[in-house]
Amino acid sequence: MARWPQALVGLALGVMTLGLTACSEGPWNNPYPDPEAIANVVYSSFDERPKHLDPARSYSSNEYAFLAQIYEPPLQYHFLLRPYTLVPLTAEAVPVARYLDAEGRELPEDAPAESIAVSEYLVRIQPGILYQPHPAFAKDETGGYRYHDLAGEDLRGVNVLADFPASGTRELVAADYVHQIKRLAVPWLHSPIAGVMQDHILDFKDLSERIEAAALPSSPGGARPYLDLREIPFAGAEVVDRYTYRVRLRGKYPQFVYWLAMPFFAPMPWEAERFYSQPGMAERNLTLDWYPIGTGPFWLSENNPNLRMVLERNRNFRGERYPGEGMPEDAAAGLLADVGRVMPFIDRAVFSLEKEDIPYWNKFLQGYYDSSGISSDAFDQAIQYGSQGEAALTPAMEEKGIRLLTAVQASIFYMGFNMRDPVVGGDGEATRLLRRALSIAVDFDEYIAIFANGRGQAAQGPIPPGIFGHRDGKTGINPYVYRWQDGRAVRRDIDEARRLLTEAGYPGGRSPETGRALSLFFDTTATGPDDRARLNWFRKQFDKLGIELVIRATDYNRFQEKMREGTGQIFMWGWNADYPDPENFLFLLYGPNAKVDGGGENAANYSSPEFDARFERMKNMENSPERLAIIDDMVDIARRDAPWIWGFHPKSYSLYHAWLANLKPNEMANNTLKYRRVDPELRQAKRTAWNQPVLWPLWLTGGLLVAAAVPAVVSLRRRERSRAL
Amino acid sequence: MTAYIIRRLLYAIPILIGVNLITFLLFFVVNSPDDMARMHLGMKRVTPEAIETWKRERGYHRPLFLNRDANGAETLTDTIFFDKSVRLFAFDFGSSDAGRDIGYDISQRMWPSLAIAVPVLVVGLLINISLALFIVFFRATYIDIAAVVLLVAMMSISSLFYIIGGQYVLSKVFHLVPISGYDTGLAAWKFLILPVIIGVIGGVGTGTRWYRTLFIEEAGKDYVRTARAKGLSERLVLFRHVLRNALIPILTGVVVVLPLLFMGSLITESFFGIPGLGSYTIDAINNQDFAIVRAMVFLGSVLYILGLLMTDISYTLVDPRVRLS
Amino acid sequence: MPVVLITDALIFLLLVLAVGFGVYAARHAHLREPWGRVLRSRIGVAALVILGFYVVVGLLDSLHFNPRLGEKGAQGETLYSPQVLSVLDLVLTPLRERQEKTYSAPFATHLFAKETIELPNGTVVRDYPRLTYGGSHLRDPQTERLPDILLTSLRGLGWGLLLWLAVAMLIVWAFARRRGEGLRPTFDAMLAGGTAVPWRTLLLTLALLLILGAIAAELSLKYHILGTDKVGEDVLYQTLKSIRTGLVIGTLTTLIMLPAAILLGIMAGYFGGLADDIIQYLYTTLNSIPGVLLIAAAILMLQIYMANNEEAFASLVERADLRLLFLCIILGVTSWTGLCRLLRGESLKLREADYVQAATALGVGRFTVIGRHILPNVLHIVLITLVLDFSGLVLAEAVLSYINIGVDPTMNSWGNMINSARLELAREPVVWWSLAAAFLFMFTLVLFANLFADVVRDAFDPRLRGS
Repeated sequence: MARWPQALVGLALGVMTLGLTACSEGPWNNPYPDPEAIANVVYSSFDERPKHLDPARSYSSNEYAFLAQIYEPPLQYHFLLRPYTLVPLTAEAVPVARYLDAEGRELPEDAPAESIAVSEYLVRIQPGILYQPHPAFAKDETGGYRYHDLAGEDLRGVNVLADFPASGTRELVAADYVHQIKRLAVPWLHSPIAGVMQDHILDFKDLSERIEAAALPSSPGGARPYLDLREIPFAGAEVVDRYTYRVRLRGKYPQFVYWLAMPFFAPMPWEAERFYSQPGMAERNLTLDWYPIGTGPFWLSENNPNLRMVLERNRNFRGERYPGEGMPEDAAAGLLADVGRVMPFIDRAVFSLEKEDIPYWNKFLQGYYDSSGISSDAFDQAIQYGSQGEAALTPAMEEKGIRLLTAVQASIFYMGFNMRDPVVGGDGEATRLLRRALSIAVDFDEYIAIFANGRGQAAQGPIPPGIFGHRDGKTGINPYVYRWQDGRAVRRDIDEARRLLTEAGYPGGRSPETGRALSLFFDTTATGPDDRARLNWFRKQFDKLGIELVIRATDYNRFQEKMREGTGQIFMWGWNADYPDPENFLFLLYGPNAKVDGGGENAANYSSPEFDARFERMKNMENSPERLAIIDDMVDIARRDAPWIWGFHPKSYSLYHAWLANLKPNEMANNTLKYRRVDPELRQAKRTAWNQPVLWPLWLTGGLLVAAAVPAVVSLRRRERSRAL
Repeated sequence: MTAYIIRRLLYAIPILIGVNLITFLLFFVVNSPDDMARMHLGMKRVTPEAIETWKRERGYHRPLFLNRDANGAETLTDTIFFDKSVRLFAFDFGSSDAGRDIGYDISQRMWPSLAIAVPVLVVGLLINISLALFIVFFRATYIDIAAVVLLVAMMSISSLFYIIGGQYVLSKVFHLVPISGYDTGLAAWKFLILPVIIGVIGGVGTGTRWYRTLFIEEAGKDYVRTARAKGLSERLVLFRHVLRNALIPILTGVVVVLPLLFMGSLITESFFGIPGLGSYTIDAINNQDFAIVRAMVFLGSVLYILGLLMTDISYTLVDPRVRLS
Repeated sequence: MPVVLITDALIFLLLVLAVGFGVYAARHAHLREPWGRVLRSRIGVAALVILGFYVVVGLLDSLHFNPRLGEKGAQGETLYSPQVLSVLDLVLTPLRERQEKTYSAPFATHLFAKETIELPNGTVVRDYPRLTYGGSHLRDPQTERLPDILLTSLRGLGWGLLLWLAVAMLIVWAFARRRGEGLRPTFDAMLAGGTAVPWRTLLLTLALLLILGAIAAELSLKYHILGTDKVGEDVLYQTLKSIRTGLVIGTLTTLIMLPAAILLGIMAGYFGGLADDIIQYLYTTLNSIPGVLLIAAAILMLQIYMANNEEAFASLVERADLRLLFLCIILGVTSWTGLCRLLRGESLKLREADYVQAATALGVGRFTVIGRHILPNVLHIVLITLVLDFSGLVLAEAVLSYINIGVDPTMNSWGNMINSARLELAREPVVWWSLAAAFLFMFTLVLFANLFADVVRDAFDPRLRGS
């Protein structure tokens, strides 16, 4: 009988010794293989499987974190300069539009927008740029493509791209860019911007139909036979010569150059399409959505979104150089140390799947992630405010050499009113007063303090800081909600809101018809535990005016459906900038863009003729004082009508360890991995110092087990003997 | 015997059809194909045409159960239900709504699930049985009572507390194991220690208590009394008679859960970031990937039925008196 | 104005059933006897007292009403606030209304996070501000807090003892009258443990409970004895409110599944043949669907139903209540199969019993046989399943809330508390009190429910008796 507990102790000791010998070097809790310790690698994380890695389909920031390192559109945002500036990436220069009238005559640059029939962008790319090694380019002895006519049995045993032994490369040409623009129109690719491009690129809609007509029917198995897009004519984008292509737009659309910095307009070689469209490829998950093919500084060497994604340095990369100019403060921040050096500086970037905040944050503190955001719960641990209210790191963080970066994001979270709702919406004076009263009552300054740890800036209008048209200081405040006092914006008194409410016909928040408190409905997707506090807070805000807020929580699908049908009343939503232009925010209030009728992004269904007329003028203008004046007008109209409670612009705080260099928050650029530099020795030293295993609990447990086993064995023996007697 | 197994397998078919029907009903009461399309196409700027093509490509444009526009047998066969269920029975899971091959994903993800479930089962079994034997040895003494109260206390603690506490103490405070994560191949061992320890400890309360009951029941039987009366030592009695005879219910209890080990544990896997089938299922629910949900429900049902069958067979193997009919 | 939520109604239905069953059991020897055994067990009695405390809190929290507003309406009619409160809320008004700004530790006098404070002389410092309510009566918390806590506890102890004495006297007096003895000998007999029912254990448990309760009550008037959460709500209040959720899930689930399980189980066993095949098919099918998937789908479905019928569920409380009920139903659907199978087996055996055969031979109708002979003889199985399932269901609630398919996030429940507490553990210094409070209350409930279930099973299951 005594064998059992002894066996247990033995087992425990065995496990411990195994543990001791197996990780004698380096910390025990290192989640990466030991040999990697001093590699020139950046460690980061992702929290969700990227849905699409095809640049024609991808449209979310977590996918761009990978795509932007792999694919290279013609333009990019300057890493250091602010305001955000477009600079060439693969292009020779940022293209300038040529305007033509209906007869094809060239117009001067300042021609009125109405007279412009076509804008032409001529993009010249740099010669000599090579693609990453990829089997789609591999050639056999005769010079034909080695893997373009595979039969079923050739694919036996192939599960990942690396199972193809040979690979090749090719020079980047203008035709690849044109090919990709055509791909945006392919109906079965469901490019999310196909709808927008239809409105702007010439011939785009017809191209879609031509492709549909030319496409061979897909086989029952689902694989679509290859369709050579190069053979389909397209007036919207044409190859001029080997390194030049031309894009033609309908009318004037100055924002188009911003699109040229997004992965949608990255090059796509036809060989890739040909390669992946072979039968049997899709069944093996060999698709463009899974294995990108680009010219960028990195390529995706491992794609296992259940575990990790690895970007490896592209050995064919042309060697872009670190930018030479920056903002005045950049030199002091050490951002100009690498000027002129060839990028990228790291060999690999490992992204591990990390769904939960807590392990993520703890691993960051243990040194296993190089940089991190700050979740609301870890905030007090990391950040403290100085006496002037400026954010600084806590001593504990500074001791670890952690550094802090902050930036106001080019986005807005707002609380919208459905303008079609009879109670809160409409153009009448009474409902306008009601909305304004609520705008005062819902104290977003407090919201930011409680739920975002002060990481945000209360919005005064739709345009976030850093975007043309945003105004700081006294001229920038929303006079209906704030007043200027002692050099800062002060929220108007709740009494003022109560007065407005009385004027609106709800004295004391009471509805005159029913005699009961006015009930308003708040539609939200909140389902998590943290939302409870948030929803309670919203109820309290409305309660200040005696209004009862009824919360209708639902899932995201249902919420969207409500928005589409216009059956919501009050809701909260947000918008991230696609590009740094005020048009990208003001169009959220443009009447024809209404969610219900237009299927657009104007979720409040706000429609004001004054606003719309100005929007149409403003959208095609270059940034100028004249444009600013129109924008000011528009913002004033919107503030007066208050279709939104303006909410806030979130501020991003991110932390990074001492061994990481060249980080600057950039809301527009995603391809920032190439600038990054690490000091692996320092990292290894710190990791070892921070993660010394605490061994006494092991000995203690072992000791306790032995201590418990001995008397047990003794009493077992005794009992045995006494029974035997 | 063979005839019996074949009959049981045939009996499984109506059950699986029923399972499929319920899955379909539940899922499509909740989601329309439009919802699924929107979910997969992303949030910004989705056109109605795009939704239509998406549905057509994946066969979700047909009616659910009854196609009124079709003739004859096609009223039933040209529907989403028929199209999507038939292939399941050939274990052809097809590709997920996001376009990945489900069969391949399952074959990849079942290993991490097994890597946790099997050690937890084996180590747990050993520890629980030894503890239970130990307690039974001292039955009707204060050690027994104290142990039972301790066991009840252990099973009264929510599994969440074990996980949260274990992660906090062992990983955060003592730096003994990585907090979460996984690795392929043998390198995975250091990620498995913590979940396995927690899994075992979490199961001690229920398991030991159950085995104790079994042993006590067995120890009260006449033949054991006879053995004891013959002067066999208590240790021998416990090992030779009690344990051996109690092994039958223990083994059959284990056999029924064996197939379900593949399914993984939802909570453990998502807490520790282990890419097993449990987290696969949760992700699929969250992403509304109906193809995966359907495949997992089907797989789960098959494994469950398999477990029942294996239990029956194991009964005959350990006890020749039981005849299957 | 009283408000009756669906779960309230069901809880009181359950209460009526329980009382009815008690009366029924008292009249029938075969049921009275095992209950007597439960009452004679020391653990059983102690567990009953503790569970009684939970039940009382839960019941108080199940009496809902709209509070009356101070002012009158236009026609002079009384106005009621749309807010739904329970009697427990009323009792706990001091706890409910004294909200701080954000986290504060148990017995703290200062907030947990630093804030910018403007001093009277105009300078601005960054420090931990005083709480609005917790310990606000102290002038110098550093020196005064500990004595104050001790003093208040002492007062609580006094009250508790007094209360206990009163209750104990009542019990002793009632018991003495029944035994027809004087107070003194009865009391002595109780203390000596010489009574059949372990009165000593009962009184001791009661003393512990009352004294702890009184101390907690006294202290919580001045402090947040379990701290406050992220938005400053008192954690003690939250845990007490969570009791009802736990109890509802633990009891209503079984109640809801009971009719189906009993009916189908007995039918399958007694009738056999086709009925048996169909019912077996039904529960094998249901059983083979992974439960979590079933629950997830059902909860989503409910949300859609509510989104489509918004008018019917105007108030948040009603929506949360419906979700709770739905969760109970769906948990019942996934768990009734076990009981059904047990009952089937038992009825299969009973069908062959002599007296049943005799009744059938005498031409007694089938349903009469079921009602008269089978049902009463399987009741103990139902009872055992009921108590055994209870604790498992309370634990399941926490796990389900973790994957967001549990009770409504706006509802107080231990699952929701644990779920949000996970994030708090990542803080430095750690916010441990929400987790600890949920753990303490949940653990106590489940532990005593388990112990009680053991006692009940031992008393009712003849197979295990005596071992």
